[in-house]
Amino acid sequence: MTGPTVSSPLLSVNSLKVYFPIRKSLFGRSKEWVKAVDDISFTIKEGQTVGLVGESGSGKTTIGRTIVRLQDPTSGSILYEGKPIHNLSQKQFRPYRKKIQMIFQDPHNSLNPRLTIESILREPLDIHFPGMEKKQKKEKIVELLEKVGLSAEHLYRYPHEFSGGQRQRIGIARALAVGPKLIICDEPVSALDVSVQAQIINLLMDLQQEFNLSYLFISHDLAVVEYLSDYVLVLNKGRIVEEGTPEEIYKHPKDAYTKKLIASIPSI
Amino acid sequence: MLLQVEDLHVHFLTQSGEIPALRGVSFSIEKAESVAIVGESGSGKSVTALSLTKLLESPPAIYKKGKILYEGVDLLSLSQKELRKYRGGEIAYVFQEPSTSLNPVYSIGFQLLEAIELHQPHLKDKKSVGLEVLQKVGIVDCQRVWKSYPHELSGGMQQRVMIAMALLCKPKLLVADEPTTALDVTIQAQILELFAKIQKDLAMSVLLITHNFGIVKGFSDRVVVMFRGQVVEEGPTEKVIYSPTHPYTKALIDCVPRLGEKGKRLRAIDYSLIESSLNL
Repeated sequence: MTGPTVSSPLLSVNSLKVYFPIRKSLFGRSKEWVKAVDDISFTIKEGQTVGLVGESGSGKTTIGRTIVRLQDPTSGSILYEGKPIHNLSQKQFRPYRKKIQMIFQDPHNSLNPRLTIESILREPLDIHFPGMEKKQKKEKIVELLEKVGLSAEHLYRYPHEFSGGQRQRIGIARALAVGPKLIICDEPVSALDVSVQAQIINLLMDLQQEFNLSYLFISHDLAVVEYLSDYVLVLNKGRIVEEGTPEEIYKHPKDAYTKKLIASIPSI
Repeated sequence: MLLQVEDLHVHFLTQSGEIPALRGVSFSIEKAESVAIVGESGSGKSVTALSLTKLLESPPAIYKKGKILYEGVDLLSLSQKELRKYRGGEIAYVFQEPSTSLNPVYSIGFQLLEAIELHQPHLKDKKSVGLEVLQKVGIVDCQRVWKSYPHELSGGMQQRVMIAMALLCKPKLLVADEPTTALDVTIQAQILELFAKIQKDLAMSVLLITHNFGIVKGFSDRVVVMFRGQVVEEGPTEKVIYSPTHPYTKALIDCVPRLGEKGKRLRAIDYSLIESSLNL
């Protein structure tokens, strides 16, 4: 890494490796490994969007999961505002969950079907703001719903009553509830119709402006990543094969794999 | 003319009464032609696809009105038993999610044999027919795939197996309902290429159902655009894409993300505008 710059990075990932054992010997030592993430380094500045593109199995989701401590790294470090977070226990990491949130691909599976929208959005507030008053929480929840294009009339409904796009909006509201600075968006629009995809991408861009959010935007679709990102990393088999601004990457792709990704984009 | 759908009305019985899903859908498919139905979730495109061989359970589905003429025979008037000849044999389907279309507890070979058993019981060397069709869909190590179970294959490979299964009985019409939506873009490109190749080689008709205008170009001869159970526009693919006449078609084309437009807002669909232009 270079020395301190004017705007120091919000998040920096340094030679991150995540290996999964596939075969164990008699004594429990692993003989073979799948190198899901193999020596990855990048930084995200405040208010910036970094796009992570690659196919299934390229390791892009593992990177996201490792940042939010859903997965232990094999080696390497992850720094949030200069402080290492990759080796914290779940309890020590808890304050950082307020700063780093995640939005998942499948809005059907990431919302509890037995909870109303109000309970889904109140949960993060109960955990991270135990001192907040009941009335205040309610106001905050309504405000969040309005921010993502829903309204107070949706409060007492259940997830199954919503369309895929609306559910993704609820997922975004839940992530916003604790006032994060960084949101890991793991394929947030891949399960949606193109028309709904456009709405959600616009919403993410608006929210970024309003709250000065940083995004790590993970997707297999370069056209979508390019819309949002300030900087793009192309991932193949756990390694970064190419990186740069979106313009550089789609105008002058160097790597054969990037060229293949660009050629696959359905175009009109 | 291979297939002609005329003024098809399909309703669903729900707790709050009868809900119309299709309100007078008409279109046709020629022999060896590829047609795409484009529309959003809820536009009735999948209902149209499933209605072709009456695959919707009835009730709740009610075939209210209309005709589905396949080589002159009205499929809607046929009994379930009579329809068996058409299902799979004449009109075959490939669905969106290959992992849920395949049976997880049987090997690929077993499932292919099952289909051959049902439709072509007289065939002698059934296994070689199955292996041949796997090769046709671009599976190189078909011996290994034959013995594999669905979970041992990637999504793209599973979809190839589904296509192979659909091709087994040499159907005249292949209906592909969102066949690439669950796949990565790179795999999507491969699968679409495969469809185009098969369609040419076998002179088959293909009905592609999709929500993405992006994948229609370069694939289909003609496009049918659906909105709220109606056909709002129909025509040759190039013409519809480059000079759409209906505001909904235009909006649907506009929301496809394109390379080289970073930072611009994507154009989301303004439904109130479109509804006012339709008499619903």
